[in-house]
Amino acid sequence: MIALISQFSLALATVLALFGAVAGFAAVRGVYNHNPAVPLLKSIQRNVLLVSGLVSTAFVGLVYSFAISDFSVRNVAENSNLALPVFYKVAASWGSHEGSFLLWVLMFAGWTQAVAWAKFEVSACFKVRVLATLQLVLVGFLLYLLIASNPFEYLYPTPVDGRDLNPLLQDIGMIIHPPLLYMGYVGFAVTFAFAVAGLLEGRFDMTWARWSRPWTNVAWAFLTMGIALGSWWAYRELGWGGWWFWDPVENASLMPWLAGTALIHSLAVSEKRGALRSWTLLLALTTFALSLLGTFLVRSGVLTSVHAFATDPERGVFILALLFLVVGSSYILYALKTGEVGQGGNFKATGRESLLLSNNVLMSAALVAVMLGTLYPLVVEVIGGRKMSVGQPYFEAMFAPILLPAVLLMALGPDSRWRETRLAQYIKPGAVAFAVAVLVLLGAALFNGYFSLLWAVGVVCAVFMAVATLAHAAVATRKAGANIPESGLLYRIRRLSLSYWGMVLAHLGVAVFVVGVSWVKTFETETDSVLKPGETSEIGPWRVTFIGVDSVQRQNHVAALGVFELTRGDGTLIHLLEPEKRRYQSSEQIMTEAAIHSDWFSDVYIGLGDAVQSSENAGAWGVRLYYKPLINLIWWGCALMALGGLLTVFDRRYRPRKNAVAS
Amino acid sequence: MSNARAHRAAWLAAIVVVALGFGIALVKVFNENLVFFYTPTQILGGEVPTGEKTYRLGGMVEVGSVQREADSLKVRFVVSDLNNKVPVEFNGIVPDLFKEGTGVVADGQWDGTTFKASEVLAKHDEDYMPPGVQE
Repeated sequence: MIALISQFSLALATVLALFGAVAGFAAVRGVYNHNPAVPLLKSIQRNVLLVSGLVSTAFVGLVYSFAISDFSVRNVAENSNLALPVFYKVAASWGSHEGSFLLWVLMFAGWTQAVAWAKFEVSACFKVRVLATLQLVLVGFLLYLLIASNPFEYLYPTPVDGRDLNPLLQDIGMIIHPPLLYMGYVGFAVTFAFAVAGLLEGRFDMTWARWSRPWTNVAWAFLTMGIALGSWWAYRELGWGGWWFWDPVENASLMPWLAGTALIHSLAVSEKRGALRSWTLLLALTTFALSLLGTFLVRSGVLTSVHAFATDPERGVFILALLFLVVGSSYILYALKTGEVGQGGNFKATGRESLLLSNNVLMSAALVAVMLGTLYPLVVEVIGGRKMSVGQPYFEAMFAPILLPAVLLMALGPDSRWRETRLAQYIKPGAVAFAVAVLVLLGAALFNGYFSLLWAVGVVCAVFMAVATLAHAAVATRKAGANIPESGLLYRIRRLSLSYWGMVLAHLGVAVFVVGVSWVKTFETETDSVLKPGETSEIGPWRVTFIGVDSVQRQNHVAALGVFELTRGDGTLIHLLEPEKRRYQSSEQIMTEAAIHSDWFSDVYIGLGDAVQSSENAGAWGVRLYYKPLINLIWWGCALMALGGLLTVFDRRYRPRKNAVAS
Repeated sequence: MSNARAHRAAWLAAIVVVALGFGIALVKVFNENLVFFYTPTQILGGEVPTGEKTYRLGGMVEVGSVQREADSLKVRFVVSDLNNKVPVEFNGIVPDLFKEGTGVVADGQWDGTTFKASEVLAKHDEDYMPPGVQE
């Protein structure tokens, strides 16, 4: 019953969204900035509210079906189980293919709703076009849900118990990761719709860029968090101690991130200087196109096996068709209209515009490199060539030389001026920061007694940039209160814009991230060994003593629970670590649950292998140990970047003045 | 040529040179890091390259073939593509999704009698089927 209502809601939402899109586009044809658009906008906004209400109903219906284990819904029967803890039952709603698409659509409707509600200073016509574009794309995905991937498909006879949620997904990281990632993907749809509306009007002014920025920044912040959480999940859950594998699934989310990063920076140029407009528009379209591509790659099954994809192509072909339709039509629109957009202001090679443009060039280069490595093997396989993959060393070799110059340029960013900067402006703060960076490097090298080129370059670039950014912030804060005597620190900080502080935080995040990566890549150690109870193995500064293995029965799995003592220095016990080897009852799947001890500086990571027993060696187990210095900086760096992105949204500039178009 | 045009030409030339350099480096590193997959049939047929570079073997882990050596992490198993079989030796901890009767991908080299694996790969997906088996 609930499932039926949900499905009906989806169908109704499709019809209404289609109506909203067609009515919107039809009604604004020929009217521009004209009064009749205001009542039209009101009715379109109400329509959006209805659509998102209906989609939410469907989603709640799905969560409910999972919560009560309604196995007459195929999706529930295939992805849940009576023994599953209720927490994971709810999360299983978006663990399946169908459910995750419903989540995607829910987020899309949510973003559309947010645009409908938000107050910003654009004409009513423009807003109608944005909402119509969003609803049109939404129709495509609703149709996909209804036709090819129905989350509420009826299953008869109703099974007594369900198959179970993939144990790999039974983890907190996997519960939060997809919603955040999708918030990011789908958020770029707003920027996309802004670009389409701008192209349709052929009037691409600075207002466009200005009101695109907060949306882009939020989407980017969510995507950053989504990717970081996925990485954190892989680190903890796959039991391999790695945090990024350059797997196509990961690359699929990195591509829109790189394009989005470029977009954020080119939007700054377009807004402040009116330059790079065409390029910014193209990036806005491309970022969303890459989000769709990411969804396609991960969700069509084409990565798992091109072959399996070809034998059951309905879903994949549908998404691919949607992808081509959305991307194709928007690019054609771009090609037709971009001539009217114009190029905007001039600038010199030393201006801030050039720095931001070099960010774009470097991000695009990184994007091309990732895309080649991700899509080339697929394309070769599809056209009947040999099965191959692209090794990690390729990506690493391409990324370091692209990203480290970007970090160096970021150091100069805050000191630059629009149009043209005197070189002296860079030299003094740059020289000081560089000196600090070299000192830090020497100190760290002495402390570690070890040295590698990548590590040295990474640390120098990151510290250089962090010091330069902080120094600029300090000077700017001092100056902000210069003409007001007795102004307190907090007051001065508040005088600077939140956009500025967001930039500072995000850039510091990049520095923290780069230091983390350089450290982990250079100083991580790994040993696989066989340990008998009572035996000790050493890793980094730690000693790990194996106590033994216990068997524990839990709600839906049996765990072999290894107990290890972690000691350091004079032998004082620091911590007990308990890695697990789980066997899930319903699927018979084995899962390694690593145990990780984090202190401020490093992780000790223990993964339990298999029992390696023999007559004289009772109770021996294969054990994998990792020592990961500063790996936490990777996550903290991403968190800072995301926080910076979010902060910019609350900038006073994005609060509309009184005469703005109200909803 | 006017000054502005010379300026522009110089910039353009610089950009072309940098882009070309990037492109060449990209293609070179890319080619060096392509990892090819081979089936047991291809390996026994001598189609694999010789030299330092490792490559990947894909197939099914033969049921009943997994043997663990006591007191070490050495694992031996047989990979089949349903036509031919290849013995594999690996020293390390196998991933969770490694099971008899399911697909496996191993990175390593064939020494004429055994495939010496340096890595048995973890896959994100339990439905993964290696090439040659899925037909």
